[in-house]
Amino acid sequence: MGIELQNITKKFSGYTALDNISLNVASGELVALLGPSGCGKTTLLRIIAGLELPDAGKIILENKDTTNLPPREKNVGFVFQHYALFRRLTVFDNVAFGLKVLPGKERPNRKEIGDRVEHLLKLVQMDWANKRYPSQLSGGQRQRVALARALAVNPKVLLLDEPFSALDAKVRQELRRWLRKLHDEIHVTSIFVTHDQEEALELADRIVVINKGRIEQQGTPQEVYDHPKNAFVYNFLGNVNVFHGRIKNGKVTLGSHHLDAPDELKHAEEKPSQAFVRPHEIGISRIRSSESDLTGTIREVRLMGGQIGLNLACEGFDHPIDAEIPRDLYINLELAKGDTVFVSLNRVKVFTGDYVI
Amino acid sequence: MGLFPIKRRNILPGFGLSMGYTVFYLSAIVIVPLSMIFLNTFPMGWEPFVHAVTAPRVLASYRLSFSTAFFAAVFDAVAGLLTAWVLVRYRFPGKQFLDALVDLPFALPTAVAGICFATLYSPVGWLGATLTRWNIEIINSATGIVVALVFIGFPFVVRTIQPVLEEVEQEIEEAAHCLGATRWQTFRKILLPHLFPALLTGSTLAFARGIGEYGSVIFIAGNLPMKTEIAPLMIMSKLDQFDYAGASAVALVLLLISFSMLLMLNAIQEWQQKEYR
Repeated sequence: MGIELQNITKKFSGYTALDNISLNVASGELVALLGPSGCGKTTLLRIIAGLELPDAGKIILENKDTTNLPPREKNVGFVFQHYALFRRLTVFDNVAFGLKVLPGKERPNRKEIGDRVEHLLKLVQMDWANKRYPSQLSGGQRQRVALARALAVNPKVLLLDEPFSALDAKVRQELRRWLRKLHDEIHVTSIFVTHDQEEALELADRIVVINKGRIEQQGTPQEVYDHPKNAFVYNFLGNVNVFHGRIKNGKVTLGSHHLDAPDELKHAEEKPSQAFVRPHEIGISRIRSSESDLTGTIREVRLMGGQIGLNLACEGFDHPIDAEIPRDLYINLELAKGDTVFVSLNRVKVFTGDYVI
Repeated sequence: MGLFPIKRRNILPGFGLSMGYTVFYLSAIVIVPLSMIFLNTFPMGWEPFVHAVTAPRVLASYRLSFSTAFFAAVFDAVAGLLTAWVLVRYRFPGKQFLDALVDLPFALPTAVAGICFATLYSPVGWLGATLTRWNIEIINSATGIVVALVFIGFPFVVRTIQPVLEEVEQEIEEAAHCLGATRWQTFRKILLPHLFPALLTGSTLAFARGIGEYGSVIFIAGNLPMKTEIAPLMIMSKLDQFDYAGASAVALVLLLISFSMLLMLNAIQEWQQKEYR
């Protein structure tokens, strides 16, 4: 097992940042901690690194209890959101730092350090910049150097704290793919923290969704996305339309409409429910194809690259509904603002419970 | 800051006006008054000038002034760095009070400081009595001068380092720890290079202040010719004897040496900084 967290609890004056968290990460796995800001995911990462101490619980890295070890004895690589490069050292010296501070006996000689740094800089495609200073590099380049620096000490685990969030969209996507490729090459056990669900879905082997200091759900991106355990996870993994209603006699009320309740809620007693539909799981048509179709008026049309966003006012619903349809369909149907269309809600997900958006 | 701060075409508006203002201001408060020293010295002629400034007593006073100011600045650099470190890094009751205390040497009339030292270190004073028993002489010695100058220059170092230290991101140190560096290695290899320019500026200011310091030193130094006479005192005693030209001559040399040293330190700093920008 790469990383084993047992019942980690951490309280900061008054509030509980982490509430009894247990988590296992297999060797060589790339895991995303996903959650809104303030959910405790960064605190968890810092606790693994030894930068914070847990109030209770154990941290076991590669079968060794490291709960009370200081960061420098943990042998973890940490990549910070804002790079945290050493300004007064060149790129080469930044990467070499971890090797140069090793105690005399373990320290490789000059040539070995040089070779290792060269190798790592090649790996992150920054070997051309070894004499530069961090201030002469772009954000994406700095983060690559930071990654090479963290890898230099052959860490048991690599921890990345929102590594791409300070970068602009284009670079972020590029680096994301590149990191995935890199991880496939070097297979170091890694955890990265993010609040960006797309990043987590695209990059991770496994996603751990955290909210208010607790794990809401964990699983492969596919599992988590297709079978969210609760309203929070569903909501956090993408854009949603929310319908507040009631569940009664195996039917869910949505506005003035009724819908068959999902199997597990067929025999539920009457209680408030929430139904969710993702905008891209809403069908738009000029012709009514089923009894359950809604009638809606297009209030707004938004260009969103490959997709077109429609804001619809539907009969019997208090709140407008957001839909996303492919551009081709939009052109074929010759849709325009003010048109009346038929709206079908595919894949409605119903939850009951306390969580309220 | 270099000698010519604007090296290429500047997009910031108002360069002409602000530069004019700066030059005017510097002229009015620094250059014009100081040029009086030149004007006062010129009528002397070369030989009397050389004679005045190379008199053994004068040379000894230069040596004393520069060496004591230097040692005081070095001491201040270490003590000031530590104090700034404690004031920035830790939270403790009475921090505000300590912080305010740092500025006191700025506010206090230096003569008051001098009298305090003289009382404290006199052979019958609190500290002086003990030190005399151990045969350590503070009063009437170069050591005493250093003690006074350390006091005078101290706030310069603390106040220049403090803001730079406050700016150091916690992440930088955390990164170093994660990479296996000990606290000392982190300080030595990461923090100290970062603080060095501020440290140099602060101690330069303390040094410059030390060369010019008069009030606090004369009370503690004993002012023995050839032994504990500082350069500013040399000037004062020449003025007392109505030797205005002689006083100006000594002052001129003091001024030139100080200025060239400050210029040199600025150049070192410029060179130090250049690469990281």
